[in-house]
Amino acid sequence: MSDQKTREITYLEAVREAMVQEMRSDPDVFLMGEDIGVYGGAFGVSQGMLDEFGPERIRETPISEEAIAGAATGAAMMGMRPIIEIMFMDFLTLAMDQLANQAAKIRFMFGGQTSVPLVCRAPAGSGTGAAAQHCQSLEAWLVHAPGIKVVAPSTPYDAKGLLVTSIRDNNPVFFMEHKLLYRTKGQVPEDLYSIPFGQAEVKRPGRDLTVIAYSNMVVRALEAAEILAVENIEIEVVDLRTLKPLDEATLIASVCKTGRVLIVHEAPLTGGFGGELAALIAGGEAFDFLDAPIRRLAGLDIPIPYNRTLERATVPQVEDIVAAARILAKEGK
Amino acid sequence: MENASIAVPPSGGGAFLRTVDSASLSHQLPHEKLAWMLRKMCETRYFEEKAEELYTRGLVHGTMHLSIGMEASPIGSIGALEPDDLIIHHHRGHGHTIAKGADIAIMMGEFLGKEPGYCRGRGGSMHIADMQGGNFGATGIVGGGIPIAVGIGLALHMRRSSQVLLSFFGDGTTNEGAFHEALNLASIWKLPIVFICDNNKYGMSMDVHQVMNIEYISERAASYGIPGVSIDGNDVLTVYQVIGEAIARARAGEGPMLVENLTYRWRGHSKSDRNLYRTQEEIAEWMERCPIKRFKQLLVTEHIMDEVEVEDIDLQAKETIDQSAEEAVLMPEPSPENMEDEVYAP
Ligand SMILES: Cc1ncc(C[n+]2csc(CCOP(=O)(O)OP(=O)(O)O)c2C)c(N)n1
Ligand SMILES: [Mg+2]
Repeated sequence: MSDQKTREITYLEAVREAMVQEMRSDPDVFLMGEDIGVYGGAFGVSQGMLDEFGPERIRETPISEEAIAGAATGAAMMGMRPIIEIMFMDFLTLAMDQLANQAAKIRFMFGGQTSVPLVCRAPAGSGTGAAAQHCQSLEAWLVHAPGIKVVAPSTPYDAKGLLVTSIRDNNPVFFMEHKLLYRTKGQVPEDLYSIPFGQAEVKRPGRDLTVIAYSNMVVRALEAAEILAVENIEIEVVDLRTLKPLDEATLIASVCKTGRVLIVHEAPLTGGFGGELAALIAGGEAFDFLDAPIRRLAGLDIPIPYNRTLERATVPQVEDIVAAARILAKEGK
Repeated sequence: MENASIAVPPSGGGAFLRTVDSASLSHQLPHEKLAWMLRKMCETRYFEEKAEELYTRGLVHGTMHLSIGMEASPIGSIGALEPDDLIIHHHRGHGHTIAKGADIAIMMGEFLGKEPGYCRGRGGSMHIADMQGGNFGATGIVGGGIPIAVGIGLALHMRRSSQVLLSFFGDGTTNEGAFHEALNLASIWKLPIVFICDNNKYGMSMDVHQVMNIEYISERAASYGIPGVSIDGNDVLTVYQVIGEAIARARAGEGPMLVENLTYRWRGHSKSDRNLYRTQEEIAEWMERCPIKRFKQLLVTEHIMDEVEVEDIDLQAKETIDQSAEEAVLMPEPSPENMEDEVYAP
């Protein structure tokens, strides 16, 4: 990797680059979605792709989420590798029959006769003032549908490498792109590379407590870590990168080392993925190493409000992570 | 002031109905083709009667949807395909699977939830698929298969394949959003699909005319800018002819079409039901229009076959089903071991 040429690009460009490079090397890969052509997609992810690949492979659709997801499912069963862009993660609810009842289940239900290699990408999360129906983080819905894999990268480097893996995977993969990450920058190799699923990454090592996060909450946790370091609290930030499959070993090892764990996600607390992580930690070998209760910091159980102050108050901010970590670092001492 | 009169367009009338002279058609088709149709219709009928029997004997864990009385639609339609063409269908799909050339013992095995079944006992009656045979299976979600059909058609189109796909569903299904989204998409992309509605007059207990203010479901095609036609779905040769034309159109790159096969199911919606939503007279009237009886009569009247040949085919079909059932009953059960390994493809 070291001799590869890297340069700084945005998360959004990294997502696009993964699609472009995979489409160049595999004629079965194509992109489908609403306004992805001349408009370049609602957030500009596919900008310029129409020029290179034409309307056959940058395939614009009517506003028909269920048909988009179904078309991807059928094409995938035929051996194509469709990528679909759902304009906002919230609109997944309209495509959910095809994703959860069809794509996820067809392989198993048909006794392994076929597979469904599709990627569904969607921008998620709050912070843009788009309110209750354009800001959700619905990853827990998807991890609850066996048959789907769920990927939630937090950096441009991870976004490119994981999207490549998603496209090459032989299963339906949901690829979660947090809107606030789109403009973030990072070093990304020019060449194609892939990051295996099921490998969490310790984004910052620390001795006092573990923060488990994914997607944009990793960025916030890292900021919180900087602030806490000044107070001599060293937090270890574990970025799950993929929720399904889940790298249990890395997160368990981290908790065993620090003895304290704060799980952070933006989605509402109740029924959120954090509950699953907490149960996993409490039920395994890390339990004996815990010096304090497992803590969760998550979105409030309310729709995302429009007003900026209310919106901020609804999901964990850097200062919330700092505050929670500060308390947890002393708990049980 | 005079009441402004609102012009209500005549709903369908006979405009959407298409008839075929099946007597003369029967003389133009090869003997083997006609024999194949009769055999497959009889196999479907006997398969479902056997399914009912096995069910009654307590050998079936799960549900089933019988298409007894509707056999002409799947057999006529699929009979018009080339062998490497494709189908995707729905919960009432035994006839479709048989017509597409399924091995009946393996199919029966799936019905009984056995390991050697098409889906290794994971699917059952409502999810039988035979991917190798070009059968993309049945779905338990009403309308769920139609958007998938669009994707299959899209892959055929993008690969410049000459294959065609038949997508089957029921009358009640056409009130699902998925139907609308999918037909619109297939139309604008001119995909090689024939959409076939097996209109058996009811969605479970709901009379089709209580849930739509049109006479014929094929009228819906107009809003997608594709041709729509309704036919006597109990006449296998009418189905064969009209679906054949739609297939030729699709293969020539002229896009999809919606064909409504007017038919009727004799049995209850699933397993059985108490028929509270229809009269015994109505059922009896439709039993008179039995597609198998009609086809046999036509073959004999037109001197295509004598009665001995007709009954011989019928008997062979029955034997096939009886043998398959005997085989299937003895097939091994699947093991719950390693079940989780099959959720994801390697
Ligand atoms: C989304 C969904 N809604 C409801 C059902 C329950 N259901 C199964 S079959 C059926 C009737 C379907 O009617 P139709 O499309 O006419 O097909 P038919 O059963 O008559 O062949 C219903 C309501 C279902 N399986 N899926
Ligand atoms: Mg019906």
